[in-house]
Amino acid sequence: MGKELRLMKGNEAFAEAVIRDGADGYFGYPITPQSEVMEYLMVEKPYEKTGMVVLQAESEVAAINMLYGGAGCGKKVLTSSSSPGMSLMHEGISYLAGSELPCIIMDAMRGGPGLGTIQPGQADYFQVTKGGGHGDYRLIVLAPASVQEMYDFVEISFDLAFKYRNPVIVLTDGAIGQMMEKVYIGEQKVRLTEEEIKEKYPWATLGKTPDRERNIITSLDLDPYRHERHNIKLQKKYKEIEKNEVRYEELNCDDADYIIVAYGTSARISQKAMDIAREKGIKVGIFRPISLWPFPKKALRQLSERVKGILAVEMSAGQMVEDIRMHSVETTPVEHYGRMGGVIPTPNEIVDIIENTFVKS
Amino acid sequence: MSDTIIKEQIFKPENIVYKKTDLMTDNVLSYCPGCGHGTAHRILMEVIDEMGLQSKTIGIAPVGCSVLAYEFMNVDMQQAAHGRAPALATAIKRLLPDKTVFSYQGDGDLAAIGTAETIHACNRGENFTVIFVNNGIYGMTGGQMAPTTLEGMKSSTSPYGRDSQTMGHPLKMTELVAQLPGTYYVTRQAVHTPAAVRKAKKAIRKAIELQQQKVGMTFVEVVSNCNSGWKMTPVDSNKWMVENMFPFYPLGDIKVDGKLVKEV
Repeated sequence: MGKELRLMKGNEAFAEAVIRDGADGYFGYPITPQSEVMEYLMVEKPYEKTGMVVLQAESEVAAINMLYGGAGCGKKVLTSSSSPGMSLMHEGISYLAGSELPCIIMDAMRGGPGLGTIQPGQADYFQVTKGGGHGDYRLIVLAPASVQEMYDFVEISFDLAFKYRNPVIVLTDGAIGQMMEKVYIGEQKVRLTEEEIKEKYPWATLGKTPDRERNIITSLDLDPYRHERHNIKLQKKYKEIEKNEVRYEELNCDDADYIIVAYGTSARISQKAMDIAREKGIKVGIFRPISLWPFPKKALRQLSERVKGILAVEMSAGQMVEDIRMHSVETTPVEHYGRMGGVIPTPNEIVDIIENTFVKS
Repeated sequence: MSDTIIKEQIFKPENIVYKKTDLMTDNVLSYCPGCGHGTAHRILMEVIDEMGLQSKTIGIAPVGCSVLAYEFMNVDMQQAAHGRAPALATAIKRLLPDKTVFSYQGDGDLAAIGTAETIHACNRGENFTVIFVNNGIYGMTGGQMAPTTLEGMKSSTSPYGRDSQTMGHPLKMTELVAQLPGTYYVTRQAVHTPAAVRKAKKAIRKAIELQQQKVGMTFVEVVSNCNSGWKMTPVDSNKWMVENMFPFYPLGDIKVDGKLVKEV
């Protein structure tokens, strides 16, 4: 953790982290509630400080394909958007996954479907963890629950993206993006030189030199058997990610009778609910998946064996709850509490649900 | 002494009258015999070769007949989603301003699904080169109507001829982008005769040279035939192209040194 302390919005912390981590390019299109990311970058002029490119694209469709071009050259590139914009980007994300290109896509979710609302939501869970675009592919999905995590997850996400040559989604929402908290800022990293990129990422298209064959970045293969082998290779990579990259946090789970499973804003609100419940003598703990994909299934299963009930709290009609049900023991009841359309649940609502569904029954 | 001439006797440096550039791979072209794509590929690669730019060049292949351009062009290449080549090229050139970047796109890719990316890359004055091969049809998917299909022209989705009242008018993308301040050199060429090939190559060379000066978008349209899609022999299709395509898509420079040289 860095030493410099600042008071920042989640979106600003994310943007600052991008500069500090030595990113090469940001390509984006304005959409509420994450427009501060590009605004912050334009004000900070990283192109003067680090040489980072910041470009406002003509659409989310163009922005995600700019990421494809930049990532194909081994550059650290990213974009940020919100739910309706993400839907437009998922075509490009499928191509990025198919061509195995590293990048970060931040999704500040808002209530849907359609244009929905500009208030926070968590209804893009299915879209980013199960697919979104066409074809068999997976995205690494990290869900920050604080402004500090908005900052810290940039470095983690770039590292994962390049380690596995895979797009990483930072799945957040309007509340985390807009709220202000103190955040520790890290040191400024130096951007990689072209020679360093050539050394580290020999697949990058930086110009064919006599010492190697030409590099091709493509997701196309018209030979089905060869293309199946490519798919098998991708699936192996995803298995490897599932083995190595599970992240979660447990709060007061050791003595808990009931646990709330929630991520992002819902997890923050659930913390308050946990405190209220504990004051009432109800032993509530929180299981917070940080990597939504790979989902922390093993840890959840073990926990589900020890508790009397699980409550999924999401700002959706119930999406992550499907994964929770799939990975909990059948004898432990799993309930869901969700608010939709941009409504944020209150701690007391959550406590009432725990009391009425589990404690009183 | 035997009359049989062996290969080694022919393949001598003094016997070589023509040699393909090393920047074209030995892969067999996937294009139909008679199609202009192969020639357009070759002259582009000859220019990159002659200018000594192979190690600095990154090309973008589109979706369509030339989707496999990376199989034939011996330079680093990326294959873009349908219509998005200018977005890829924009990022690459912004991140690596000293590279030579080109997109190679057909009319369905550039003038329909990729209209926004094309217009905005041109309008921002991105410093890369667009090679736009216009044959007035979707070749790869089997000869459907393209935005560039001429009025009255038959295709599999305009089987009775394009009716502009219900199907829209053919789109002159090159004239359109020439009007944007971000374009510096805009020209329309063809590759149906040796003279046209020489001219087209000169235009591509000029575009790639201007790209080194970072003066803005350089845009070369190549009007070409699609004998399969047009359902003609290669010879007939070239004749048809001269008689029908060229009057609507006239050859020649449209914008030179950032100034329009033709009324558009």
